[in-house]
Amino acid sequence: MDDAQLTGSEIVLKVLVDQGVDVIFGYPGGAVLPIYDALYQQVAIRHILVRQEGGAVHAAEGYARSTGKVGVVLVTSGPGATNAVTGLTDALMDSIPVVCLTGQVPTHLIGNDAFQEADTTGITRPCTKHNYLVKSIDDLARVLHEAFYVASSGRPGPVVVDLPKDILQAGAVYTTSRQTKHKTYRPKLKGEPDQIEKAVRLIAGAKRPIFYTGGGVINSGPAASRLLTQLVRMTGFPCTNTLMGLGGFPGTDPQFIGMVGMHGTYEANLAMYHCDVMIAVGARFDDRVTGKLSEFSPGSKKIQIDIDPTSINKNVMVDLPIIGDVGTVLRQIIKRWKEGECRTDEKAVGKWWKRIRAWQGRDCLAYEMSDTIIKPQFALQRLYELTKKRDVYITTEVGQHQMWAAQFYKLEKPKRFMTSGGLGTMGYGLPAAIGVQIAHPDALVIDIAGEASILMNIQEMSTACQYRLPVKIFILNNQYMGMVRQWQELLYGGRYAETYTAALPDFVKLAESFYAVGLRAEKPDEVDGVISEMLATDRPVIVDVVVDQMENCFPMIPSGAAHNEMLLGPDDKAKTPVSEEGMVLV
Amino acid sequence: MEEEVNKHTISVLVDNETGVLARVIGLFSGRGYNIESLTVAEVDKRNSVSRITVVTSGTPMIIEQIKAQLSRLVPVHKVSDHTGEGPHVERELALIKVACSGEKRVESLRIADIFRARVVDSTNRSFVFEITGATEKLEAVIKLMMPLGLVEVSRTGVVAIARGEKPI
Ligand SMILES: Cc1ncc(C[n+]2csc(CCOP(=O)(O)OP(=O)(O)O)c2C)c(N)n1
Ligand SMILES: [Mg+2]
Repeated sequence: MDDAQLTGSEIVLKVLVDQGVDVIFGYPGGAVLPIYDALYQQVAIRHILVRQEGGAVHAAEGYARSTGKVGVVLVTSGPGATNAVTGLTDALMDSIPVVCLTGQVPTHLIGNDAFQEADTTGITRPCTKHNYLVKSIDDLARVLHEAFYVASSGRPGPVVVDLPKDILQAGAVYTTSRQTKHKTYRPKLKGEPDQIEKAVRLIAGAKRPIFYTGGGVINSGPAASRLLTQLVRMTGFPCTNTLMGLGGFPGTDPQFIGMVGMHGTYEANLAMYHCDVMIAVGARFDDRVTGKLSEFSPGSKKIQIDIDPTSINKNVMVDLPIIGDVGTVLRQIIKRWKEGECRTDEKAVGKWWKRIRAWQGRDCLAYEMSDTIIKPQFALQRLYELTKKRDVYITTEVGQHQMWAAQFYKLEKPKRFMTSGGLGTMGYGLPAAIGVQIAHPDALVIDIAGEASILMNIQEMSTACQYRLPVKIFILNNQYMGMVRQWQELLYGGRYAETYTAALPDFVKLAESFYAVGLRAEKPDEVDGVISEMLATDRPVIVDVVVDQMENCFPMIPSGAAHNEMLLGPDDKAKTPVSEEGMVLV
Repeated sequence: MEEEVNKHTISVLVDNETGVLARVIGLFSGRGYNIESLTVAEVDKRNSVSRITVVTSGTPMIIEQIKAQLSRLVPVHKVSDHTGEGPHVERELALIKVACSGEKRVESLRIADIFRARVVDSTNRSFVFEITGATEKLEAVIKLMMPLGLVEVSRTGVVAIARGEKPI
């Protein structure tokens, strides 16, 4: 090899550096040894060694979601790649930019059932935004740059680049520089002017309006959240967020009426049901949001702003689709609104707010306090009160605790709430918190967890400890897979098949075994104490909060029901038997 | 809201790269869309572009989704819904093997003649006919050949192009 040449592995690292990558999450193995050898001999890129490849992808997701940058993963062939599949699917569902480099057996062995061979591009085709198998060293740099472009532009998503070992060892001259255009893939950013005009007119004429905003606001970048906040305040309209959209609009703003959907607030769901103009911003009418489709917001004109045409008219027909980047389109709308000196129908909107305030009067998140047993909602309220002054990053696992976190932890800013929305992946929160903490070493990062979920990626405690990442794991321990148990209680006659976890570990000792700190609260009056101690500890901490085992998460729209058929509390359940149609839904 | 299910013929221009057909087919199977026929071949060697023609069916909402889903695949250049976009020509080619003798042999030749099918192979006991046309025409011939000893059919699936001077 002459001097100007680099090995494939060196090219990989060069592209990463050119792309501004300074940290990757990975796990070594035979097929990627050449990259690990190259990593060993440089300092520009830091490698975070996870304990299972699934953890690497979630960590990269946490990193990406909290920074807006692409998260990068490096795993070996075969089992390394297959372990990454859940994380890739998660990133696809939640539109998270991730580039995952997978090792592959050398090109001449592909198709031979070689040791640790898997058809990685075949397996990951449906769970990535795009994937590549690099078959020639001459394509390597271009493909890698393209992977970053595809992952981060338009609707973001995960991209896999499969790298046969011989390519990593071959030599080539690195010439390709950072690419910003693709020959066919060019998402549309600006909204059509006449659509903007129509949107402005609909907004001005609205009598019972609502902003329904989602993860697209967060993905579009901080400007989008600012512009959304500006538009919502300018119009004086109510605003609800999806689970993915939390933090896109300030959670303590008086115009914020809580989360929408299956466990959303009474007021948000009723406002969605009764509105006359719905402005959907970067939200995709997911089934967790809409409930029964045929009765979803029956009387409204719907405006939908989304960068991805497939999100439009997928399950809900909208009256005015605007395809474009959320931030760009919001800017266009605001500009047009100001130019036209538009006004809202203040009188009608004032009346609408009266109705909404009355719904808010139901205090749908209220729960029964107890002096003897910790209510999970209480624990989260205390966590919120004791940390809200700091710039906190919250991740969650999946289950009741996740929904309570969404309901009770008010988020002021975008990129502060990392949760597995679309896929609902238990085990997401801890590795995601690790990725967040790597990106924000001095920030307070809390994984709000359930005792079942946390066990799914508990091995990552070892990662947190190795890198001295002071992540805080706040377990609401109800000894049940609470969310599933809740469905069994409401829909299956209280037959709790396999949802009780016997033989749970002692989480305090478990923390200690990783050389982390373990704390426990068993009584309501111990909650503040453990939270304070947790906050005072500059190391990874597991807090085991022993909570009421039978608490259910309300409000709840039972599957197959409409927004106006919410269950508000335990006494509601007998009234609304779930339809047969609803029983087949998940 | 029951909506009408319609058949649509869609052309997709794609980069001719490995896995591109799998991506398109995977999209249809993964999302539960119908494929009634599918053809693919390279149409521009220099730029390495292939054309895929899919005949699918669905409600207007589903067809809109199919087009949007196809368009967002990274190697896809262009998606054109011939059925939705105006006058176009659709053609399909079939090779039809009929094994027969005596009176049936004569009859099969007569039918072939009516439909302008060509004989491309012949033995004492068989013919292979080649026929090109719209799907309905092919189906009519196949039906008529059935009682005469039809033993095998091979079809290309539909290809389509818009009428007029403009390319897609
Ligand atoms: C990987 C995975 N497996 C199964 C499920 C189905 N599921 C959803 S919530 C849940 C229970 C979660 O229990 P826990 O973490 O204790 O949270 P809780 O609901 O009790 O707060 C299960 C099993 C899932 N979401 N993800
Ligand atoms: Mg639990």
